[in-house]
This record gives sequence, C-alpha cells and structure tokens, in this order.
Amino acid sequence: MRNVVETTPEGNMVLNVGPQHPSTHGVLHLFITVNGETILNLDPNIGYIHRSIEKMCESLSYRQFIYSTSRMDYLSAHMNNHGCALTVEKGLQVEVPVRAEVIRVIISELTRLASHQLWWGSLAMDLGALSPFFYAFREREMITDIMEETCGARLTMNYIVPGGVMADIHPDFQRKVKEFIVQFKSKIGEYHELVTNNVIFQNRTKGIGILSKEDAISYGCTGPTARGSGLSCDMRKIYPYSAYKNIQFNEILETEGDSFARYMVRMREMEESVNIIEQLIDNIPEGEFLAKTKAVLKLPKGEFYTRLETARGELGVYIVSEGGTTPYRIKFRSPGFSNLSALNHMIKGHKIGDLVSVMGTLDLVIPDIDR
Amino acid sequence: MSFLSNYIKEVYGAVSSLLIGMKRTGYYLTHNKEVITEEYPEFRAKMADRFRGEVVMTHDAQNEHACTGCSACELACPNGTIKILNKFDITPEGKKKKAIDSFVYHLELCTMCNLCIVACPTDAIKMSQNFEHSVYDRRLLTKQLNFPGSKLREGVE
Repeated sequence: MRNVVETTPEGNMVLNVGPQHPSTHGVLHLFITVNGETILNLDPNIGYIHRSIEKMCESLSYRQFIYSTSRMDYLSAHMNNHGCALTVEKGLQVEVPVRAEVIRVIISELTRLASHQLWWGSLAMDLGALSPFFYAFREREMITDIMEETCGARLTMNYIVPGGVMADIHPDFQRKVKEFIVQFKSKIGEYHELVTNNVIFQNRTKGIGILSKEDAISYGCTGPTARGSGLSCDMRKIYPYSAYKNIQFNEILETEGDSFARYMVRMREMEESVNIIEQLIDNIPEGEFLAKTKAVLKLPKGEFYTRLETARGELGVYIVSEGGTTPYRIKFRSPGFSNLSALNHMIKGHKIGDLVSVMGTLDLVIPDIDR
Repeated sequence: MSFLSNYIKEVYGAVSSLLIGMKRTGYYLTHNKEVITEEYPEFRAKMADRFRGEVVMTHDAQNEHACTGCSACELACPNGTIKILNKFDITPEGKKKKAIDSFVYHLELCTMCNLCIVACPTDAIKMSQNFEHSVYDRRLLTKQLNFPGSKLREGVE
C-alpha cells in the first residue's frame, strides 16, 4: 500500500483518489500522478468489489446462474439477464415466443432509460448541481414502479428466464408506460434547460477528455462512450437480436469525442428509447410468454457466445458446455472494464477537476468492472 | 471589434443560460404542489402484488398447507436458502407417508429471485409484500414457514 501522498523523484505527487473501504459499494481506487493540478498518469486499482460471479456461475444450473448477473451491472440488470438467456436459448435451440421477445425489448429499453436518468442526475451532482438528481429520480421512480408491478423487484429484476419471461405483463403495464412516455416527453426539455445549455456545464465538458475514433477502437470502447467518438457499435443495429429486427430506430452518433459528445449521445439515446417503446407498446402480440422447456436444462457440448447492447456498451456472454447441467466455463465481456481502460489516455494533461467530468461521462458501474 | 462583440455575445449567452436554469428552479420553489416524496414511518406505500418481500407458505383456515415436501424449491434455489426436513407419517392403513416436518427458510441468504415460487408444483409457497425485515438478532431471520400443528391439505399430491 502506498502512502496517501507520495512524491516521485521527479517532484511529481502521487495522489490516491477514491474510497477504499470494503463496506462501501462501487469502490474505484485511482493512483494519479500530478504535477501541480495537471494529471500526468492515472492508474486504476480495481478489485475491491470482486465477487467471482463467473466462477460462482460454474456451480449453478442454467436457470439459476441468470439471477447473479443482475449484480454485475445493476443499472442494466435486465439486459444482463437477457444476454444470458439468449446464450442459453442459442444452445438449447428454443424458439422464444414473439410476445416474450417484445416484452423483453420494452423492459430493456425502460431499463436503459432508468439507467441513463440515474447517470444524468449523478453526473450533474458530481459537477456541482444538486437539483437535477431529484428531477431525474422523479421520472426514474415511474419506471421503477412499472418494474415493481410487472417484474416484482425494482433493481435486480430477474424477470427473464430461458425461453421467455417469468410472468406475463401486469394489466396496468401498457397504461403506465404510456403515462411515463407523456411525462418524460414533457420533462426532457427541462433536462436540457437545467444542464445541457448551462454555461458552466458546457465549459466543463466541451473539449475535455477527447477520445479519437481510432483510440476508441484500440481500447475496445463500446456503447455511448465509443459512439461519442463516431464509432458505430450499436449491437441492436449491427447484430439485431430479439424484437430489434423489426423496429425502426436510429443509431446515435456524435463525432467530437469529448465529454459533451458522450453526454449528448446518452441524452439523445433516451429519446430514441422512448421512440422504440412507442413503436412496441401498442403492438404486443398475443400468445404465450414462456416457451416450454425441459425441467432440467442441458446444453449440448460446445461453445456459445452472444453479444448485446446494455446501457453502458457491449456485453458478451460466453458459455462453454461439456453437456452437463452446469456450465463448464462462463466469461462475461463487460463494457465498463474496457471503457475504464481508456481513462488514462483521455485524462492525461487535464486538470484534476476534469477527472470528474470525464469519469462521469464514461458512466462507470464498478461492480460491472470487477464482477 | 468582432472580438468585443463575440465576448459580449458569450457573456449574454452564459448569463441567460444560468437565468433559464434558475427560472426552472424558481418555478418548482413556488409551485410545490408536485410533492413526490413520502414520509416513511407515517406513510407506508402499498407494495405491488408481485413485489418480492419474503417467501411465505399459505395456510388456510383449517391450518392446512399444500407443501408435499418434494424439495423442488430447495433444488431451484441458487443460494441454499431453503432446507426441507421431512418426516414419515403412519397412515391409518399402516402405510408410511412422506410429509414435511419443518420448512426452514433463511431470509438472510435470500435474494428474492422468485425461482422457488416458479418451481413449486403445488403453489404452496408465495412471495409476501412485507419489506421491513430488520431485526436485532440475525438468528431471527431463520424462519420455519409451516405453522405449528399444520398438515398437508387433502387431495394435494
């Protein structure tokens, strides 16, 4: 363990940033080398919240392991479950009912909205504006209420099971989602008034933490982080899965690559998510919500991989099966880990104050990085 | 000259952006009818029907439940939350019949994933909407779900 403040032979100071107590959640520890206020080097120290989910999954059956992936990226818990279910279904060769696919996509997009709203609120709070957090949670509360009614939980839903969804949608689901869309559309202007157009916010994000398209590719960045640099990487568009095949929507791209571009990608993505939900909410097909599967699931011998878009980027689920009831090996390719690796490159030469805006717009969820 | 005009334009834009934001804040300061927070101990929100609070076993008026002791929930649980201890009752015909002695539920291990409820073939257990689980001693979180003296409902196999 290095000292709290340490001086290198060149006269630069090594500074420890971040809480490191095991009882706090979402712990990220950064060693930053500073010369005055300028950051020369940044070295993330991860692993404080490692729970060995991948290893744990090897002892759980194909129905059981899905619940634990909600705890990786808890803000897009539904998409994590979706990725696992898709991989298991790929192995089992199960045809998922159309109704289940549409429900999955609607709830995925609601989760994305909830995630981006929490990110928007906490980013503004990190940059010194307190009240946007409350405005964001006002709309997010409506989504968590919908989740509670239909899925039974507010954050770690575990609603998707191999073959479909656990239960049919609540009778009030469509009405409540429509109410949310009306509320969200009337308030999105307020978000831009309060934060996007604010001069202090613009000065703290424009031209800060620039990530070029080439660097985004070489660091393996995905999601809004890479799309802010003009890299087209939306898995919903490139490799359409579930009901995304039949939906008209745009991939959001910005070309500047700075913090403000990443911010704008997420803000515009929220509107695009509402657009996707609007297309589907009145067209939920009738029928079964769960395909018939065997009581004990056994994947054939082989390797299965699925990639999908979570709120933070590309999630890859890789399962190696030996033909038994439990997976031989599971690997998750989490978006947060790759996005964090680009932080050193983006922050070099900037001031300590800019670290907050760059980290905020990366939208890091630490349990996703450590797993 | 263009520098000066740009400067004034910038300052004007900056001040107006701040004022627009302050206007919104002022609006909510004066229009505080939209109160969305709820004061907790006095006001308890009604939880949704499907809300997963804890696992309970349903008993009817005759103190009978539907749990046959098949251990499907025990196998479905990813955390080892449920332990079923079986006993053998002697029926009037002199045959042995399996029945549950105690259905032990460890609330402290439960992640409310609902897999046991889905696995149960006789709908003997369900999720209750109770969410206030704080106790002073962790041993109190280990619960026996079947009531004392309860027995299996007739006709449930």
